[in-house]
Amino acid sequence: MIIKKQNGGVNLGKKKIVSIAFLMLLLLSTALYGCSGGDSESGGDSESEDEKVLIFGRGGDSVSLDPITVTDGESFKVTKNIFDTLINFGEQDTEIEPGLASDWQASEDGLTYTFQLQEGVTFHDGTDFNAEAVVANFERWAAGDADQFPYYKSMFGGFGDEEEHVIESVEATGDNEVVIKLKRPQAPFLKNLAMSPFGIASPTAFEEAGESFGDNPVGTGPFQFVEWQRNDTVTIEKFDDYWVDGEPKLDQVVFRAIPDNSARLNALLSGEIDLADGITPSDSETIENDENLQLFERPSMNVGYLGLTTTREPFDDPKVRQAMNHAIDRQAIVDSFFEGRAEVAKNPMPPVISGYNDSIEGYEYDPEKAKELLAEAGLEDGFTMELWAMPVPRPYMPDGQKVAEAIQSDLAEVGITAEIVSYEWATYLEKAAAGEADAFLLGWTGDNGDADNFLYVLLDQDNIGSNNYTYYENQDLHDILIEAQTEVDEDARNELYMQAQEIIHEDAPWVPLAHSTPLLAGGTNVIDFKAHPTGSDKLSSVDLE
Amino acid sequence: MLHYIGQRLLQLIPVLLGMTFIVFMIIRAIPGDPAQVILGQQASEEAIKALRTSLGLDNPWYIQYFDYLKGLFTGDMGDSLRTRSPVSEEIWPYLAATFELSLFAIIIAVVIGINAGIISAWFQNSWFDYTAMVLALIGVSMPIFWLGLMNQWIFSIELGILPTTGRENVRDPINNITNFYVLDTIIQGDFNQLATVLKHLVLPGTALATIPMAIIARMTRSSMLEVMRSDYVRTARAKGVKMFWVVYKHALKNAIIPVLTIIGLQMGLLLGGAILTETIFGWPGIGRYIYEAIGFRDYPVIQSGILVVAFIFVMINLFVDLLYGLVDPRIKYD
Repeated sequence: MIIKKQNGGVNLGKKKIVSIAFLMLLLLSTALYGCSGGDSESGGDSESEDEKVLIFGRGGDSVSLDPITVTDGESFKVTKNIFDTLINFGEQDTEIEPGLASDWQASEDGLTYTFQLQEGVTFHDGTDFNAEAVVANFERWAAGDADQFPYYKSMFGGFGDEEEHVIESVEATGDNEVVIKLKRPQAPFLKNLAMSPFGIASPTAFEEAGESFGDNPVGTGPFQFVEWQRNDTVTIEKFDDYWVDGEPKLDQVVFRAIPDNSARLNALLSGEIDLADGITPSDSETIENDENLQLFERPSMNVGYLGLTTTREPFDDPKVRQAMNHAIDRQAIVDSFFEGRAEVAKNPMPPVISGYNDSIEGYEYDPEKAKELLAEAGLEDGFTMELWAMPVPRPYMPDGQKVAEAIQSDLAEVGITAEIVSYEWATYLEKAAAGEADAFLLGWTGDNGDADNFLYVLLDQDNIGSNNYTYYENQDLHDILIEAQTEVDEDARNELYMQAQEIIHEDAPWVPLAHSTPLLAGGTNVIDFKAHPTGSDKLSSVDLE
Repeated sequence: MLHYIGQRLLQLIPVLLGMTFIVFMIIRAIPGDPAQVILGQQASEEAIKALRTSLGLDNPWYIQYFDYLKGLFTGDMGDSLRTRSPVSEEIWPYLAATFELSLFAIIIAVVIGINAGIISAWFQNSWFDYTAMVLALIGVSMPIFWLGLMNQWIFSIELGILPTTGRENVRDPINNITNFYVLDTIIQGDFNQLATVLKHLVLPGTALATIPMAIIARMTRSSMLEVMRSDYVRTARAKGVKMFWVVYKHALKNAIIPVLTIIGLQMGLLLGGAILTETIFGWPGIGRYIYEAIGFRDYPVIQSGILVVAFIFVMINLFVDLLYGLVDPRIKYD
């Protein structure tokens, strides 16, 4: 391609025109910026109608809005408001209360549960909610498999005719009565039904939508789905025919994904969002000193711990593990890195869980005792080890790296040289699960407030390679935990868990560190927001000034 | 010329093919099992195994690669392991978002950068020159996330004139037609929303523009200095041509060629590398999309996402190469 240059002509030259054009564009945008004055970002006063819209900022987008198919908290945060479950958790605890089931009876042997359902409830698409709808939901779940419906597998054992599948049958015995029969008693059965994955969906909708139900969810909840802009916003609006009178109070809720914690706080400070989850503890002072903001505490239902892999020397010796427990100053760690928003842990599960053994005396911070125990184990000169720390903030541990540093210096005092190691999060989990870490920082947030969900999942030999990263094995503990799973009498069950905690305390496969209180913050215009321990908050009674 | 373009496009194919292979192998070489990561800590072992099988991750690597390529030739970029939606559908809004941001940033970078460079060269060693070059140095060295957070603090919180995050006012969303919000608001004639959308572009756009702006300014300056020393410029000045035309017409045209290269490269880099800016400003762009996919070991998204970005990068550079021909008549393509 050849251009002929014109000599001495009035050819302005393309460059000049382009430059001028760019300058004009710059002027234009400045002008537009100038004349848009008056519309404000903060507060809803650019709204024409007086709609109550709550903008809820969170750290990531949901994966799907079909609750039975997902395991991530960001998905449940939204589905909790679109779907109802048969049974509800308490407002800020995991006590069971009526949900879509207004009442229920359990047989003596714990194998038959009869539920009476709320009447006059409809799904967002107009379908009637009744016993048949409930049955349709259970049938849908039971016909799936582990990769489609992971939580159904975890809580109910299996699918279809499989032996491990705890539920034998689900039948509608009347318009508003459902009977569920189990193959074996399952003590936490009702608590499991209250979990977010088991929200009741409209059969009309999921039968029609099939796999894409998660893009357009339909439930009976206080809010109905409007729109989803991936990695950006999920919008839900008030369902006028919600079966609870006077709820919801808000007209619309928008969940907004802002990955960076500081940026999310900035958005709250500037009024662009009304509520923000995932507040770093060190920002709590800024929020408390700001008269336009309020701090919310999420009741603790988690544990942060240092796991000691029992198949790796020298952690195969219980004396060494006990020494580790004496060597670490937990109170100091809680004071420094959790800004006091945590409780020192002495058991693997938090006090709010029934069956918590308060009579156990935690290992005291006693470096001398630690050295004694090490000497007894033949390690007077100490030893070297790798201390793994996670690279990302977790709800149970906002800053793993700093906690690791504190532990490292505590261990140095008793002659143990710890080298801090870190990997990218997914890699970290994989390697730790494979038993490659000497000692590793990790944690767990409870799903349903049940002791089994902590002790069995994290410390039983059945779960080695799964969530039991320390490879800890104890046959006595195993027998107790299995018995407790089918023990229907609550007091007897709690007794068993008390014993379990004593065994674990003696064997010390962990150094339990803290039960932390995750924080949220919101504008002072947010009324009646109560954070739930599971991490999914129902917004039906929240109001905006 | 067409022959040349055709040749370049053909060369694209082995390049992109090779790239898909490398990406494919690398992401499978790093530890971390997608099924485990997707289902999270709270999932049972059987669930994870079952997911692996249903996602085809049990197959040998060459089968997986072959399946992927087969899909590509039919326009199927695979399904996201996490959301199970086709990548080809999912990726478009993210691309549009990043493209809009990058275009905004590159325009700022070009307009300010080139002019700053020209004036610095014209008034070499003046206070303007020194100031501009120091600022450019600072701009290149400044960490974007710090700059972004500082800007948020100053302009959004303290002064309250610009928004902190996102592409639009969430309390008053726009009607989304093309995913290019500036275009959408113009089409609908909603100038209030146009102003809002532009305001949302300002902070992330300027943060993103800082480095390219600095590089372009310095490049333009040095290129211009060289050109201004040449004979024909001296002749033009001797002939009495006004200094402005000497600089902006005669000198710039010759000085611009190396700068064009830089602009092309920067635009390509911005497209794929805006991930820090997108994270700070909550911008739902492709940088974040691919980065988060890496964290989740979402293989199809990583493979196809990188493929798309690489393709665009190559096309931009082809375009820049053709632009040379426009600017410099000595360059011919056949």
